[in-house]
Amino acid sequence: MLLDVRGLRASIDGKEILKGINLQVRPGEVHAIMGPNGSGKSTFSEVLAGAPAFTVMDGEAWLNGVNLLELSPENRSHEGLFLSFQYPVEIPGVSMANFMKAAINAKRKYFGQEPLTAAEFLKLMKEKRSVVELDSKLASRSVNEGFSGGEKKRNEIFQMAMLEPKLSILDETDSGLDIDALRVVAEGVNKLHTPQNATIVITHYQRLLDYIKPDFVHVLYKGRIVRTGGPELALELEERGYDWIKNEIDAQEQ
Amino acid sequence: MNQYQQLYEENRDVLGERGDELKAFLESAAEIDKVFAPETYAVNLRRLKLPVDAAKSFKCAVPAVSTTPALVVNDIFQPSKRLPEGVTFMSLRAAAELHPEWIPASVRDDIKSAESRLNDLLWTDGALIRIGQNVRPERPLQLVNILSAPMDLMVCRRVIIVVESGADAKLLLCDHTQDSEHNYLVNELIEVSVAEGGRLSLDRVEESSPLTVRRSEMHVQVGANARFCSTSSLLTCGDSSSKINVSLDASGAEASVNGMVIASGTQTPAFHTRIRHKADHTLSNQVFKYVADGQSNCTFDGLIIVDESARFTEAYQTNHNLLASNDAKMHTEPTLEIYCDEVKCSHGATTGQLDDTALFYMRSRGIPEAEARRMLMEAFLSDVIANVGIDSLRERLRHLVERRFSALAEGSDSCADCSAINALKQE
Ligand SMILES: Nc1ncnc2c1ncn2[C@@H]1O[C@H](COP(=O)(O)OP(=O)(O)O)[C@@H](O)[C@H]1O
Ligand SMILES: [Mg+2]
Repeated sequence: MLLDVRGLRASIDGKEILKGINLQVRPGEVHAIMGPNGSGKSTFSEVLAGAPAFTVMDGEAWLNGVNLLELSPENRSHEGLFLSFQYPVEIPGVSMANFMKAAINAKRKYFGQEPLTAAEFLKLMKEKRSVVELDSKLASRSVNEGFSGGEKKRNEIFQMAMLEPKLSILDETDSGLDIDALRVVAEGVNKLHTPQNATIVITHYQRLLDYIKPDFVHVLYKGRIVRTGGPELALELEERGYDWIKNEIDAQEQ
Repeated sequence: MNQYQQLYEENRDVLGERGDELKAFLESAAEIDKVFAPETYAVNLRRLKLPVDAAKSFKCAVPAVSTTPALVVNDIFQPSKRLPEGVTFMSLRAAAELHPEWIPASVRDDIKSAESRLNDLLWTDGALIRIGQNVRPERPLQLVNILSAPMDLMVCRRVIIVVESGADAKLLLCDHTQDSEHNYLVNELIEVSVAEGGRLSLDRVEESSPLTVRRSEMHVQVGANARFCSTSSLLTCGDSSSKINVSLDASGAEASVNGMVIASGTQTPAFHTRIRHKADHTLSNQVFKYVADGQSNCTFDGLIIVDESARFTEAYQTNHNLLASNDAKMHTEPTLEIYCDEVKCSHGATTGQLDDTALFYMRSRGIPEAEARRMLMEAFLSDVIANVGIDSLRERLRHLVERRFSALAEGSDSCADCSAINALKQE
């Protein structure tokens, strides 16, 4: 099992957001998580990545046999977890190149490898930039500063390409992209997909799933996965919306 | 004040006329900073050669900058080997004998402070820098002030900088303490004038020891269509207070006065700026940034005065501060005094902590927390560095700042290896 999440509960400021999530992902799989706004999709991905703002109340999360919940965010990254943020953060004054160099070399250090030389690093940047057709000018700019919405999302997938994670969680990577950018980003993700790694795609829209074909589709609502199916579930949601699921769950709660 | 009076009695012969003034001053100087009170400092009035050869052992931490350098060891001037034409860069003491007309009589009345008066009465040497009319030296000039003595020492240093009309020069002032065993008290007075159409970039770097007390006062007069730019970088200090008074005297005068501070341990850095707009169409811009760590206690107070006659003035000031620890303190006090309607003025001050979302973003990419914090602190200061006038100094400062934060991460409040990097580049 690549990712094994059992009974995960998490809160922020005393408010419980995740109310017992179970999810198993095997190598080579693509999972989609859909669900109405505010249901906890971003919270789930940030809790897995180790955001200090959230408190894990209960449950387990294992990545490739490693207990994620015991690791710092940086070590979760080294162990192969990658989160493409719904809202990538702007960091004025830190250049993309320095940011990436620090990330790559920290990972190499974690595995007892020497840092990359300047030439090796530049070569790697160039190679990975081409995966998402990222403008070379962006590499000399501050991290995400002044990037358009589309450039920010491309930049996330570029970082994913650089770090070669085992499990990538793409949180609404499609939002704010026009159709051409969406295709480029989706093709980038597909290029990075191998039988050894896995992807969790969080999205509202079927649109992205035309490009990135999921093996499983889950619906997250009120902090729980309330339904799991194949790709046809996404099509059904596209057609019928979420209300029928919401009504069903809300009725059960009463 | 007893020790100074005694000093006066014992040194009547060398002090001469100044001595009588000193005596009168001391009898009335109740308001002088209490840091001058301890009786432990020696004052080298008799120009004795102290048994140190700082010039030989000193290595500049800013070596990549190719400059025309001179040293002031404590307060004794050691000249540069070769000077560009039209440039005077000499001992103030020597200049006072050769060209007494170049030395301002005393600090101007409206800015007189007890410390600067004391400096005026006790100064023994320093430097005179004079850039002749329309002279534009290719390289920056560099004045390296070094504190190095086998005993506790008080230094009264005076620097006079005259930029004549149409001249354009860059000057780097460095302040270093050579050892961390002795107490030093520096009373420094810098007087600058930039005449019509002249330009001066004056960048300062301070790396002094925790036992160093600095009271620095800089008075700048900027003439018509002249421009004064200054960035002060305070990398390490003990108790350091710098006053920067700029007077924009004539139409079209401009000043850009910037600073950055990295404070840790129990350091107490302070900048007090006072920018006075006396004429129309004058412009001033100030950016000061502090990173306060440890139990440091930091101060910025910035005053902008716009006279009634200074129509169409623009005056801007920002002070942004980062508290890197819970025990660090920042006191900031921006003040505007505006006596004229047709002006554009703004000031803004913020004090905050590192951006948690940026920190998490970086950590989620594998950057260890300590390194991410350091990168964010460096980034915070990057726009001040970008304003530095001496091109090659910018790169060097980035390196010095990085090293300072690395040392901090390892629990050190100074950069002990400061002086050990490379020899001062002599041409
Ligand atoms: N930093 C936060 N502080 C307080 N509440 C939060 C925070 N982040 C998320 N929440 C709450 O958690 C719930 C789930 O939000 P989120 O995970 O962003 O949902 P989704 O990504 O599915 O739209 C929402 O009710 C939201 O208001
Ligand atoms: Mg979300």
